[in-house]
Amino acid sequence: MADNKVREPLFHIVKRSKVALPFWKAWLIRIIAVLAALVFCGIITKILTGLNPLEVYKTMFEGVFKSERKMWKFAQETAMLLCVALAVTPAFKMKFWNIGAEGQVLMGGLATAACMLLFAEKMPTWLLFVLMVATSVIAGAVWAVIPAVFKAFWNTNETLFTLMMNYIAIQLVSYFSYIWSNPKGSGKINTINMSTEIGWLPELWGNKYIFNILIVLTLTVLMFVYLRYSKHGYELTVVGESENTAKYIGINVKKVIIRTLLLSGAICGIAGLLLVAGTDHTVSRDTAAGRGFTAIIVSWMGKFNPAYMILTALLLVFFDQGATQVSSFLHLNNSFSEIISGIIIFFIIGSEFFINYSIKFREKTKEAAK
Amino acid sequence: MIIAFIQRAVMLGIPLLFGSTGEIITEKSGHLNLGTAGVMYVGGICGVIGSFLYETNTAAFNPALAVIIPLLSSILGSAVCGLIYSFLTVTLRANQNVTGLALTTFGVGFGNFFGGSLIKLSGNTEIPSIALSATSKVFKTTLPFASKLGVIGDIFFSYSALAYVAIIIAFIASWYFKRTRSGLHLRSIGENPATADAAGINVTAYKYGATVIGSVIAGLGGLYYVMDYANGVWSNDGFGDRGWLAIALVIFAVWRPNLSIIGSIVFGGLLIIHNYIPNTTFSGMELIKMTPYAVTILVLIFVSMRRKRENQPPASLGLSYFREDR
Amino acid sequence: MAVPAIELRNITKTFGDIVANKDVCLTVNRGEILSILGENGSGKTTLMNMISGIYFPDHGQIFIDGKEVVIRSPKDAYDYKIGMIHQHFKLVDVFSVAENIVLGTEDEKGYNLKKSVGQIKAICDKYGFELDPEKKIYQMSVSEKQTVEIVKVLYKGADILILDEPTAVLTPQETEKLFNVLREMKKDGKSIIIITHKLHEVLSLSDKVAVLRKGEYIGTVNTAETNEAQLTEMMVGKKVSLDIDRSDPVNCEDRLVVEDLECMNREGIKVLSNISFTAKSGEILGIAGIAGSGQKELLEAIAGLQKVNSGRIIYNNPKTGQADNLRDKTPMQIRDLGVRLSFVPEDRLGMGLVGNMDIVDNMMLRSYRRGKTLFLERKKPRELALRIIKDLEVVTPSASTQVRRLSGGNVQKVLVGREIASSPTVLMAAYPVRGLDINSSYLIYNLLNEQKEKGVAVIFVGEDLDVLLELCDRIMVISSGRISGITDARTVTKEEIGILMTKNTKEGETDG
Repeated sequence: MADNKVREPLFHIVKRSKVALPFWKAWLIRIIAVLAALVFCGIITKILTGLNPLEVYKTMFEGVFKSERKMWKFAQETAMLLCVALAVTPAFKMKFWNIGAEGQVLMGGLATAACMLLFAEKMPTWLLFVLMVATSVIAGAVWAVIPAVFKAFWNTNETLFTLMMNYIAIQLVSYFSYIWSNPKGSGKINTINMSTEIGWLPELWGNKYIFNILIVLTLTVLMFVYLRYSKHGYELTVVGESENTAKYIGINVKKVIIRTLLLSGAICGIAGLLLVAGTDHTVSRDTAAGRGFTAIIVSWMGKFNPAYMILTALLLVFFDQGATQVSSFLHLNNSFSEIISGIIIFFIIGSEFFINYSIKFREKTKEAAK
Repeated sequence: MIIAFIQRAVMLGIPLLFGSTGEIITEKSGHLNLGTAGVMYVGGICGVIGSFLYETNTAAFNPALAVIIPLLSSILGSAVCGLIYSFLTVTLRANQNVTGLALTTFGVGFGNFFGGSLIKLSGNTEIPSIALSATSKVFKTTLPFASKLGVIGDIFFSYSALAYVAIIIAFIASWYFKRTRSGLHLRSIGENPATADAAGINVTAYKYGATVIGSVIAGLGGLYYVMDYANGVWSNDGFGDRGWLAIALVIFAVWRPNLSIIGSIVFGGLLIIHNYIPNTTFSGMELIKMTPYAVTILVLIFVSMRRKRENQPPASLGLSYFREDR
Repeated sequence: MAVPAIELRNITKTFGDIVANKDVCLTVNRGEILSILGENGSGKTTLMNMISGIYFPDHGQIFIDGKEVVIRSPKDAYDYKIGMIHQHFKLVDVFSVAENIVLGTEDEKGYNLKKSVGQIKAICDKYGFELDPEKKIYQMSVSEKQTVEIVKVLYKGADILILDEPTAVLTPQETEKLFNVLREMKKDGKSIIIITHKLHEVLSLSDKVAVLRKGEYIGTVNTAETNEAQLTEMMVGKKVSLDIDRSDPVNCEDRLVVEDLECMNREGIKVLSNISFTAKSGEILGIAGIAGSGQKELLEAIAGLQKVNSGRIIYNNPKTGQADNLRDKTPMQIRDLGVRLSFVPEDRLGMGLVGNMDIVDNMMLRSYRRGKTLFLERKKPRELALRIIKDLEVVTPSASTQVRRLSGGNVQKVLVGREIASSPTVLMAAYPVRGLDINSSYLIYNLLNEQKEKGVAVIFVGEDLDVLLELCDRIMVISSGRISGITDARTVTKEEIGILMTKNTKEGETDG
């Protein structure tokens, strides 16, 4: 700083603490971010493929809405992603970074598959369903509550713990894939009860997706009510905002952490049940298909509000399906969709900054000249 | 057989060592980069792209260029990833977990996309698949005298240059944290950024630097994997979930790069040990593959129960820093 | 005339709607000690943070040695040889003393911690500090940590030193030692700025006094030409006559009897010992003491938030006539006993309220458990919120505004209003007027008096002795975790309390 010439920072950043951005402005910023991301993705596609960007958007749109089958698929994928997002939301609201949904879903799915395989013809179907629901819920909940107990009592880092639990779950599924493999020794489980369809969730109006979608919609409403209007929801919000306040008003923080993660894991378990018994009718390492991770983004972008999360889930699945269509249209690898999703998420994540902070340009001081 | 096992373990451990050293450097600045898994894909594929373009377009194959080009393109690719992550989390103060996961989605997608579409995009449809055998051969060059040293040579000197680079980087990183002023500054940022800031340390620059350098090192892990371990053959999802294993290794090594040298070899061994235990069933193998993760959890639990201050994660890990926060 | 070492002209800083500093002007010469005097919340710390590069001013200029400078970051400040000792220590807990001290410094000869340790030892010897450079910060006491902070600034060779309320955590001996060091440095030609609100320190140490009031610059006077009365007037704006209505205690019964209480903090250091006192219904018991003498732990021990090693906390239930021991009970268990205990903690937004929740939801913190259903009942909390907003004149757009968006005074009104709403029998308030404007402060005093007249046992932890003397019926003074005296607030003098505040620290002080 040897020079004595006055150099002033061009701008500085101020947190919007006292005056919140109006609701519509915040959403305007988000919409602008999505549009900017679309333009950016268009350019990227153009560079890579030489295709007209408008053509790309049209293809994307077709990829989602062109046929009834595609629209159902879109709805199903959205529902499943939303389901997992709903599961992680109470934990996140409590600032418990449960990134182990992937594993919790798998455990739920594995439990479901186990019931379908082992008890299919040994008990009445209604009892099998009860057992499937019970075991999947328990499996998911157990997988989530183990890190929670350690967090509650020893403050063990839950992000890393839940992450590791995913891979243990994946390996367990691989293990059982060999144990129950069909055909023998293939390491894969073929469609379970293909001929008898025992343990398959009912197809309403001849469509295997509707049941799942209805369940998830119900869960969405329930989760919204739970977070907003229940005492449990209130407690976990207080714990998430300030552990000191929670202790001050006599909330048993450990109990709330454990209870919330039981719920979080249980819903993941249900997601696993819906995937295995509802649509896949088998279980594999890829049953959760990364939803456990994407769900975190859905939940966070939706401000942990189930109503907004419907929107963010729709958005992400739209891009995923759309980009898949683009890549198959161009005979490209379908990982194209992941690149597009990644870019869109980057833009949306970045846009939150402009909602929470404002940039103030420094006024020129007249006195400085004298 | 034991020698072969150790060799394989080391070769599998090296990418993890790159990944975990990079991740440790990033975490020391207070940023948990869950995008490391993606960054390693990007580092790998960028090397492949560079090398592919070189191999298919050059008539006279120059071994030096064959190393430099993929190396630079790999570094460039992972540095860009590090920049994206640090711009979002440092400058825009976005949530680190969400950003990291998005980066993983992006990175893995990026790797698989180019891995699958590179040939089509290049317009040269005569090539059936990406097999950079010439480049890989250069990368796999080992010390000439290694084979003459018998067992010791096989265990210690039979690897390619990049493997030793990984070990050297890990040692340098350890030394850097412990013995240099800049390392002290970096650690202080991860522990208490407000204090570092008040001490006149440029927190933003360090965070960017640590993230970008960490990403570059992690990306080299991807490069090593594809050029050396996989003999220059890119296969989609071939790298698998090793990026996450690298993050696990960080915990296993309690944030010490020199410990992660041993850790990486142990993890590498655990990944293949099932091939060396007689009469293992396929299902049993899957259970054995679980051990690195289980061991990591045990370390995590042990460290948190013991509460030794020096072994804890950096105190501000995962939190963004805003100077004027009141 | 000599060029001032540092000069500020028309410095202004706002946080949102709050003006923290408005047109502040200061000059400090070489070899001069300037005190900055002002009440809590008058903007002293904000001002100094701008000199040390933590904040950046909205307007105004800073001159060092007559040259205009821009201090954008703490690094810039160090380059201009400005060193600040913050009130909240800026230390890395897992680092050693030496590592903390060399942090941020540059040395062409490379990094050599051993050499630095030698230099640190030399500085310590020169000024008579006792410090082990290899010790880790998390193993240290508060006063040791402050020593580290001071040595750090000395090590960095600062010419302009800023000390933010350095004596708040020190014993009188340590304070005197510090002042001697500062005088030495003054002789060396260094410029020192010391922030304080203790008048006697200002008078004994400084050459000049600059006074701030509510962010505004009032003026600078030479210490030799002023006296306590004038400074107080400048600081508060008018002669201190608080005129708090104090009624005589009525129907005094022993409500809360604390016997031989002993507590340790998380690090295992004893923070309270031999605490025995009685809080009576219908009176206000004041607690005075230097910040951090154990006030927080005492209140939290009673509220069931702090682990108690030994002793008893007896609550005499006026309804049942029963005497219950509250020790080792959780806040829930205390409530289940029928003890109506209200607590206004020091940390309003970090403990008493949830900043991101609206006023209605904050009202529910105490009452949400009511009823057997699984669901919340927001009707009554909303009514309560509206009533508090109306009765206590809370300035807020609506009852569904997030509490963190309110100003400090309004936040406190919401908190106190809620705590009083549950018609307590014991009301504990820690620094309830800290950072509040005069009107809000009086509103709080009146509320406390009202509670007292209703027969509540009020425990008031305060820092302003004038307020304690006029508001309370009895004043208990604690010093280093021990009771140094319990006095009648109507007869005791300020000086007597001042002496008690530093009493047994003197006795216990042997190792410096």
